Amino acid sequence: MLGQSLLKIRPAISVLRSYSSAAKQMTVREALNSALDEEMSADPKVFLMGEEVGEYQGAYKISKGLLEKYGPERVLDTPITEAGFAGIGVGAAYYGLKPVVEFMTFNFSMQAIDHIINSAAKSNYMSAGQMSVPIVFRGPNGAAAGVGAQHSQCYASWYASCPGLKVLSPYSSEDARGLLKAAIRDPDPVVFLENELLYGESFPVSDEVLDSSFCLPIGKAKIERKGKDVTITAFSKMVGYALKAAEILEKEGIDAEVINLRSIRPLDRSTINASVRKTNRLITVEEGFPQHGVGAEICASVVEESFAYLDAPVERIAGADVPMPYAANLERMAVPQVEDIVRAAKRACYRVVPLAAAA
Amino acid sequence: MALSHLAASASRSSSLLKPLSSALSLRRSISGDNSPLTVETSVPFTSHQCEAPSRSVETNPKELLTFFRDMALMRRMEIAADSLYKAKLIRGFCHLYDGQEAVAVGMEAAITKKDCIITAYRDHCTFVSRGGTLLEVFAELMGRQAGCSKGKGGSMHFYKKDSNFYGGHGIVGAQVPLGCGLAFAQKYSKDETVTFALYGDGAANQGQLFEALNISALWDLPAILVCENNHYGMGTAEWRAAKSPAYYKRGDYVPGLKVDGMDALAVKQACKFAKEHALKNGPIILEMDTYRYHGHSMSDPGSSYRTRDEISGVRQERDPIERIRKLILSHDLATEKELKDVEKEVRKEVDDAIAQAKSFGADRKEVRATLP
Repeated sequence: MLGQSLLKIRPAISVLRSYSSAAKQMTVREALNSALDEEMSADPKVFLMGEEVGEYQGAYKISKGLLEKYGPERVLDTPITEAGFAGIGVGAAYYGLKPVVEFMTFNFSMQAIDHIINSAAKSNYMSAGQMSVPIVFRGPNGAAAGVGAQHSQCYASWYASCPGLKVLSPYSSEDARGLLKAAIRDPDPVVFLENELLYGESFPVSDEVLDSSFCLPIGKAKIERKGKDVTITAFSKMVGYALKAAEILEKEGIDAEVINLRSIRPLDRSTINASVRKTNRLITVEEGFPQHGVGAEICASVVEESFAYLDAPVERIAGADVPMPYAANLERMAVPQVEDIVRAAKRACYRVVPLAAAA
Repeated sequence: MALSHLAASASRSSSLLKPLSSALSLRRSISGDNSPLTVETSVPFTSHQCEAPSRSVETNPKELLTFFRDMALMRRMEIAADSLYKAKLIRGFCHLYDGQEAVAVGMEAAITKKDCIITAYRDHCTFVSRGGTLLEVFAELMGRQAGCSKGKGGSMHFYKKDSNFYGGHGIVGAQVPLGCGLAFAQKYSKDETVTFALYGDGAANQGQLFEALNISALWDLPAILVCENNHYGMGTAEWRAAKSPAYYKRGDYVPGLKVDGMDALAVKQACKFAKEHALKNGPIILEMDTYRYHGHSMSDPGSSYRTRDEISGVRQERDPIERIRKLILSHDLATEKELKDVEKEVRKEVDDAIAQAKSFGADRKEVRATLP
């Protein structure tokens, strides 16, 4: 009893340090780098291609050291021609290699989107299984800080609507390692949405996560925080915000369950629905534009499968329906903040006047 | 009496002679032999940034007869597809290749099945030259499960991975970077093989082509870009779409060759030359001067932007099958009747394949999606 209350006083990190299996801290950047390194080491067919991935060590240093280790035949600096090099990557995948194509940000993937969708995603189906396309398209997605409208869009819902693609979005270092390894090993095209602002964040990683065989299943969400009053779904950076919101809500007597989607396509509908059937309330959180977003799909899924269990309307928290402004105060208003998630959860729990009645 | 006797004996002796000559023709069978033969191409090659190969092409009777048979088969197949489309057994898009057969057969004669080919949507004949069967073609066109893509692809999405034919692509120009990617993988795997990425004069202006060509030249990829210039991008003539329709020169720093695409031997020579070049020096462009008799697709009569005189003129002066027929006859490799018999055989093969394809029902039970 005494020990337990002592544990409560100590800060969270030292609690983790006391367990030898969770001793190490790793940044998301290190996680991605080590995953790439290990997969390239294990399989000579894996190669990396993109702008500045080689000599520059990666625009965000994700591919640091890889050129030196694997040479210019496997770590290729491309010209600034996304349509060209994405198409070349897909062609190489047709032949049986395993390309990892980096987009400096997913905003630039729009220049190559025909190859991602029409050349990669649809080929397995159109060829009735003859063509396999084991390619990974990865890079930072969503808003950074002050980069403006053309460099801040979240592409999760665009790619996730396309059959033939798998779309993953890690939050923690464990996610980054496990999901990138799974993506590289997968025989189908995978869109891997990272987040620039998470690259420098540190997370604890267990020995299991550090092992080179570590891999996470595609299509399984993770319950980051168990709760019973309201379900909050999120992916990427918003998972951190949802967890912070949950801490605030706990103090007000609302026990939130936070689900880290990890996989946008396939969406882990069963985990989400099981959670909603338990809590009866749902808030979806995403950074991207609200219309036709990830939250819209989750809401539809829950209405289809668990309608009778809902005690409140599903609410989606999303980025503002506006191109990302530059000024810091406007940018802050254009992206979900922790307070928005808290307010929405309270509304779902009838702690405040519902939105519709206030309008 | 003596005269009629003489006449009778003469006719007997001439009938004695007849079996001998037919015995000779039996020995000289229609499949021909491998004895070398040198033929000159119709026109010399024009080159850009490289030395053109010789106009003298090494061939043999067997090869010429195979060219004839294969092109006749392709021609018949495409015409049959036209009828099936009009009978509403083929739906959606159907882009026919008749007129362009020499490019498919000439290319195949210069390479192996380990070399890769990728093309756009006018892909029926290329699929057949890579080893696809008529049944697979017609069943696919009619949406049956026996089709090469199990009816899920359609006319524009034929593939044959086991002979390195990578489709079958509907987005104009996309196949060029994909083809350069195949070449990249061949080099990466040290396979000593090359990729032929085919595109039309319509696709020749696509930005992604130049992006892929730039990378291919930088990285010395064994990529051969083949512009099948049939002079019309859908309904737009080349001079209305390209500031410079000298497509073999458009690679700038990449060498190019202009080839008479209606001459199967010229195509073979050019592809042989290109393969040797690409393995040593990286990308090269081949411009095949060719022609399609049909419109862009079955929805296009093809006569609103071309005159009927132009179309019939090409058919009379430059038809690839007629050229080979004349060559075979002038070299006495087969008789006219024998060639007509080949055409009859081929027609029957096509009809049989269509009947067989039709026997597979159009209804499908498989509805469940099997994708992530």
